[in-house]
Amino acid sequence: MRLYEYEAKKILPSRGIAVPRGQVLSPGEKIDTSRPGVLKAQVLSGGRQKAGGVVIVSGPDQIADTVQALFQKPIHGLPVTKIIWEEFIEVEREFFLGAIYDSSRKSPLVFFSPEGGVEVELLTEKDPGRLFYRDFDILQGFSEYQARELIAEAGLQGSELLKISDILYRMVSLFLDLDATILEINPLAQTKDGNYIALDCHIDIDDDALYRHKELETQFGILKREGGGGRQVTELERQAAAIDNLDHRGVAGRVIEFDGNLALLIGGGGASLAAFDAIRRHGGRPANYCEIGGNPTVLKVKELTKLLLSKPGVEKIAVIMNVVSNTRVDLVARGVIKGVLELGRDPAKTIAVFRIPGAWEEEGYKILARYGVPYCGRTVSIDEAAKEAV
Amino acid sequence: MAIIADKDTRMIIQGITGREAVTFTRDLLDYGSKVVGGITPGKGGWEVHGVPVYDCVRQITKNERVDASIISVPPAFVRGAAFEALDNGIKLLVIVTERIPRRDVVDIITHGHKLGSRIIGPNSLGLICPHKTKLGMIGGRAEDVKRAYSPGNIGIISRSGGMTTEIANLLTLNGLGQSTCISVGGDPIIGSTFVDLIPLFQADPETHGVVIFCEPGGTAEEDLAEYVKANKVAKPIVAFVAGRFADSMSGVRFGHAAVMVEGNRGTTRGKVQAFLEAGILVAEDFSAIPQLLTQNMPTH
Repeated sequence: MRLYEYEAKKILPSRGIAVPRGQVLSPGEKIDTSRPGVLKAQVLSGGRQKAGGVVIVSGPDQIADTVQALFQKPIHGLPVTKIIWEEFIEVEREFFLGAIYDSSRKSPLVFFSPEGGVEVELLTEKDPGRLFYRDFDILQGFSEYQARELIAEAGLQGSELLKISDILYRMVSLFLDLDATILEINPLAQTKDGNYIALDCHIDIDDDALYRHKELETQFGILKREGGGGRQVTELERQAAAIDNLDHRGVAGRVIEFDGNLALLIGGGGASLAAFDAIRRHGGRPANYCEIGGNPTVLKVKELTKLLLSKPGVEKIAVIMNVVSNTRVDLVARGVIKGVLELGRDPAKTIAVFRIPGAWEEEGYKILARYGVPYCGRTVSIDEAAKEAV
Repeated sequence: MAIIADKDTRMIIQGITGREAVTFTRDLLDYGSKVVGGITPGKGGWEVHGVPVYDCVRQITKNERVDASIISVPPAFVRGAAFEALDNGIKLLVIVTERIPRRDVVDIITHGHKLGSRIIGPNSLGLICPHKTKLGMIGGRAEDVKRAYSPGNIGIISRSGGMTTEIANLLTLNGLGQSTCISVGGDPIIGSTFVDLIPLFQADPETHGVVIFCEPGGTAEEDLAEYVKANKVAKPIVAFVAGRFADSMSGVRFGHAAVMVEGNRGTTRGKVQAFLEAGILVAEDFSAIPQLLTQNMPTH
C-alpha cells in the first residue's frame, strides 16, 4: 500500500525526522495563511511537479485560485482529493535517501546521493557515480556506523556527515519497523540555517504485512485501502472484484480492462500472461486481462463470464489455462457454459475456444462437447489455442 | 541423477494438518516421495494418511535423517517454521505459502544462507524429479503428474508453478523428458533464482538443456544474462518470456506478486535483449520451445 505524501509526513516526525509545517486540504476547505508556501496535489504517482501538481504560491488570492484549479485537474489520470499547503523552505542543498529490498542480493539496500531532488532513475542514468548504496545483514539490523560509512563514502564531512547519517539511520530503522518495501526521502533539504527537512517522502508498505501494523490506523489515522494506485480502477474491474469476493474459493475476478472485442478468461498467473500475448500475436484484440486459478467455484466463473461478455462490443470469450492440477476443468466448463446460457447466447458460437487440460478434464470435455463448444486438450499448446480463438 | 532432490530424499511437511497440505501429502505419497513426518504444534500424535505428526521438528531430526522440509503454514507463521527447520539442520526448504511479509522472507533467506541451506520459494509449487520424487504441490495428483512429466534430460526453472507443468507437458509430448523441474516462486524476493540454479544444471551430467519461464518485473533475467556472459554455460538455455503486453503498463501488477514493470525497469523487452546478447535462446512462440532445444543440444 503506497502512502500519500501527507500520510508519510505524519509518520516521519515520530522518528525525529522533520517535515515542513503545513496543512492538508480537502475540497471546499480553506487555509488561514497569507504566507508564501507550496501547494502539492496528493496523488499516488511520481513526476507530480512536471505534471503541474506542485505550485509555489504567495498571496491568499493566489492560494484560493490555485487550490481550486488543482482539485479540478487530474494528474496522470488520477483525481486529486487532497492537497497540502506547506511553508516555503529556502533550500541550500538537496539530498536523496532511500531503502528497498533488492531481489538480486536478497537483502535490504540503502541508497544515498548528494544530488537529491531528481528522480532516482534519472540519477542512475545521468551520473551513476553520484549514487551510493550498500546492503546490510537484516538479522543484525542497520547500525549507526553503517550509515556514517555510506555518507562518508559520498564525501560528506563534519556536521553534515553526522546529521545526515543520523537521519539515514532513523529512516532505515523506520523502513524495517514499518514493513515498508520502499522508503525514500527525496529531497532531504538542507536549509540556510543548517537544518534538515524532508520535503517529500515516498513510502510503500508491504500489503502482506499490514496485519501487523495496526499503529498505522490507531496512531496515524491511515486507513487500509485496496490497490497500489497509479491507475484508476474501472467500473467493470470493480464489479469483477466484487464477484471474486462472492466466496473465498479460488481466484476469479482480477480483471484489467482493454479496449478490444474478445473477452478472456485465462489463468493461472504465468499462463494468463502467455495467453494474452499469444492472442495479440495472432491479431486478436483482448477486451480484458483476467486471471483465474486456485479452483474457483462454478458461481464465480459463471458470474465473471456474464460480466465480461456483457461489455458492449464483446461477442466472444476465449478460455485458456495451463495444464491444471488444482483447478478442476469440469467446474470451469460448467461455469462458463452457465454464464453464456444465462445471457441467452449459444455456447457453441460464443465460446471462441476452451483450452484447459488437467484435473477432471474428461468430465469437462463431456460437458463442452454436449454444447458443441470448440475445446482442445493438452496436445494443443497455449499459443495454438490462442490462434484458434482469433 | 537429478539436482537438489532424488528418490532417496527424506522430507517432512510443516503444517501437514492444513487443508491444502493434507491433499498434497496424499499426492506425494502416491507419487513415491519419502514423507517421513509432519509437524503441527499441538497435534503431535495425529496421523495424516499414515504419516506421523509431531509438535516439533526436533522430535524427528533427533532420531532420523531429514533432507528437506515443505512449509505450508499460514503466512504469519512461516518465519518461525523456517527457522525451526533451519536450526535443526535441514538443508532444503520448499516454501509453498504465499503472501508472506517481505521482511520475513529476507530474514529466512539470510538465516538459510548462513547455515548453508537451500531455499526454494516462497510462493512455490515445489519441485519434481520425474519418476523419482516430488516436493510440494507441483503437478497435483500422481496420475496427473505422470501424464505431464516424464524422466529425461531437460531441466525446467519457472517463475510460474502452473507453467512448470505446462512446459513439462509440451516437452513430454515432443519426446523430451525432464531431469528436474523447479517452480521458484512468484514473489519479488525468492530463495533460489535462475542464477542460483543454472550452475547446478550445468554441473549435472543428466541435464542436456534447460527451459526457463520468465515474466515481467524484477531483475532475475538480467542477472542470469550477466552470469551466462561472464561464465561458460555450455548447455543451451531456452527462455520463454511471457507478458510482453505489460511493458507499456508501468505500475500495474499482473498475475504474480513480482510481475510489475516500474518505469523502464523489469520490461520484457529489456529481458529479451539481455538474453540475446548473452546467447540465451528466446522462443517467440511457446510451442517452438522443443525445436529450439533439439536444434541446439549436442546429439548423444
